[in-house]
Amino acid sequence: MAERLTMAPFSAGIDTLRRRLLLAGSSSWLMAPLLSLTGLRPSRVLAADASRLAFTATTLADALKAAGVNKSADSAQIVIKAAEIAENGAQVPIEIVSNIPGSRQAMVFIDKNPLPLAANLHFANGALPHVRLQVKMAESSRLRVVVKATDGKTYHASREIKVTIGGCGA
Amino acid sequence: MPEAIKLRTSWQEDIAEIRLMMPHPMETGQRKDLESGKPVAAHFIETFIVSANGQELVRGQLNTSIARNPLFSFYARGLKAGDRIEVIWTDNRSEARRDQFTLAGR
Repeated sequence: MAERLTMAPFSAGIDTLRRRLLLAGSSSWLMAPLLSLTGLRPSRVLAADASRLAFTATTLADALKAAGVNKSADSAQIVIKAAEIAENGAQVPIEIVSNIPGSRQAMVFIDKNPLPLAANLHFANGALPHVRLQVKMAESSRLRVVVKATDGKTYHASREIKVTIGGCGA
Repeated sequence: MPEAIKLRTSWQEDIAEIRLMMPHPMETGQRKDLESGKPVAAHFIETFIVSANGQELVRGQLNTSIARNPLFSFYARGLKAGDRIEVIWTDNRSEARRDQFTLAGR
């Protein structure tokens, strides 16, 4: 709570958020006056630009559908680096590199997790489509990465990761 | 107030690796408290933005499947020592944290 109050003086960040609101389209226009009234509510702002439904979907099929992944091409240009066997499901390090030109968005799905969509990342202004992160895995599962490119096409790659101790209760 | 975000930089020629850690419990909502046996409510970072000099580099949405104290490495071209890096996150309880850093040189 205190942090939200201390944010007010950082007007540059607010301007950035507001600019994105104006660019993002009609539904976000409605949010703009709200934003200026309430100061800074980034969670509301960002909820407007992608579907939270994809994150609350409990099956892979629903998550893919809600994330707008209708059809995607299998691509060897997406590299997923991870140990074949993860000892601790609470902390599974993975590295993702997309060598597809114009990769602007990467989504990480873990098929058998209670909520399969783990992360949705957008890259811009010189950020490379390359990320290292640590995920939780409830059990051995396929991990898939879906990449959207600036040409509007969608690509995917996946790999199996075995988990010896599940990370669901972590 | 949530704990400060930590950031470290390393360089591979002209590519900056930005390594950040956002201290957060990342509760899944599936876990039961060991003592009371009651379910622990979900509490996780929903969104974060990494920007350099006011320009957004990476914007992310997360779920409970991200490990506790999320650790990310991002890579970017076109940055230089002294650039102002800002990281902000918000979670599902509308808590937030914003920290600013100065990019370290090689």
